[in-house]
Amino acid sequence: MSEQKLPMAESAGEGGGASQPPVVVDASSFRLVGTLTVAGAVAGLVIVLVFQWAEPLIEAYRARVLAEAVTEVLGGAERYKTVFMDQDGVYKSQPLADTATLGERIYVGYDGAGSPIGVAVPGDKAGFQDVIRLIFGYDPGSGEVLGMKVLESKETPGLGDKIEKDSTFVDQFVRVATLIQGVKKGRERGTDDEVVMITGATISSQAVIDIINMRVDELRDPINAYWSSADVMIPPSEAADSIPPTVGGGDRP
Amino acid sequence: MSPRATTPQEDLLRGIWRENPVLVQLLGLCPALAVTNTVKNSLAMGLATFFVLVCSSILVSTFKNWIPKQVRISAYILVIATFVTLADLVLNAVVPEIHKALGAFIALIVVNCMILGRQEAFASRNRVGRAILDAVGTGIGFIIALVMIGGFREVLGYGTFFDIPVMGPSFEPWIIMILPAGGFFTLGFILLGFGWWEGRKITEVRPRRWIAGVTTEVGGAD
Repeated sequence: MSEQKLPMAESAGEGGGASQPPVVVDASSFRLVGTLTVAGAVAGLVIVLVFQWAEPLIEAYRARVLAEAVTEVLGGAERYKTVFMDQDGVYKSQPLADTATLGERIYVGYDGAGSPIGVAVPGDKAGFQDVIRLIFGYDPGSGEVLGMKVLESKETPGLGDKIEKDSTFVDQFVRVATLIQGVKKGRERGTDDEVVMITGATISSQAVIDIINMRVDELRDPINAYWSSADVMIPPSEAADSIPPTVGGGDRP
Repeated sequence: MSPRATTPQEDLLRGIWRENPVLVQLLGLCPALAVTNTVKNSLAMGLATFFVLVCSSILVSTFKNWIPKQVRISAYILVIATFVTLADLVLNAVVPEIHKALGAFIALIVVNCMILGRQEAFASRNRVGRAILDAVGTGIGFIIALVMIGGFREVLGYGTFFDIPVMGPSFEPWIIMILPAGGFFTLGFILLGFGWWEGRKITEVRPRRWIAGVTTEVGGAD
């Protein structure tokens, strides 16, 4: 950017007349480094302070979104409990205290009577623009997907973001058999494992299907093992309802 | 640019229309094209940019005599980046839905050359009061331009204006208008209209000023 000479009345330079080139005061290197260091330190401090205020709000929002998503993809589960995978690849519910050190988690949903409906499984994968994060409900009994909800995506507005907003696409994931087959519009065969992809957003649609298939494929056995264990029959206590489900990097495969 | 001191009113009004950052100076085109597919996104982007521009101008203008000339650009970027980070955090905490819709483009306000341009060309050379007027004017001009583009694209691309249907049930949305290409088309047509309007007005006073403004040498040869 070329230096524009604006002959303003209140020019910042000391004595830099309009007819002369701007006087560059010879500042020492120490002063240059010092100025930026001080400015950087102040900026860092301000950001940290605001971050400390904002972080709990952001976390609370993400937890609320996840809690709503879990009940939504499980077809109206009333309560859910978080179940973690241990080192041996076995799912079990854990005391709250050590959630930070635990591995992958899934959420088991229960109806009003306290019987299990299915599990909600988070997953992510690169879409068209950026990573798509979603959660889906899975019924280990029938092997069907119960519902799908995109938690985070930056897909193209108006096309790719239909994986989130277009109910005709999203509703297809209610009671669809796994593994899901993505088909193009007009090529439906009428089988119970197919989902019609969005015209103009094939990559985004396929990514959603791939995430679900990948997670089902990889977790089917441990989930089935958990489903037949005794632990699943124990519905969450009232207190367990308020577990803040963290959605940090720990969920990434 | 006329070599005379401007009045405070001019400082404020200049950025809104006559030197509109997007429509006349063609600055800040990246957000103007990227997030303007709906009026709501345009407005949120405009307001976030407005906040960063005004706060940065106040700070740069206040500390103009302390910042060595050699590191001024780095210092401006630091100030701008700090306010962008703050805006990003606050939007995420207070209005997470809008933050989600704007995605990465909040962070990209840092590289909006309109903001850096105002710091270099105005805030660093003027008193705080006038820097604020200039920043407010430029910020409003930016919001107007974005909402103009956003309105045009939303009406044609979704058939709605501010989420309210305006085109009737039989309207087939022009998908292209909400894609990046639609941003270029819209901006192109708006600039065309703007140029025609300005050119027509100026022709009455000084013939061929508009053409001369674009290609100075050719204009001089004429």
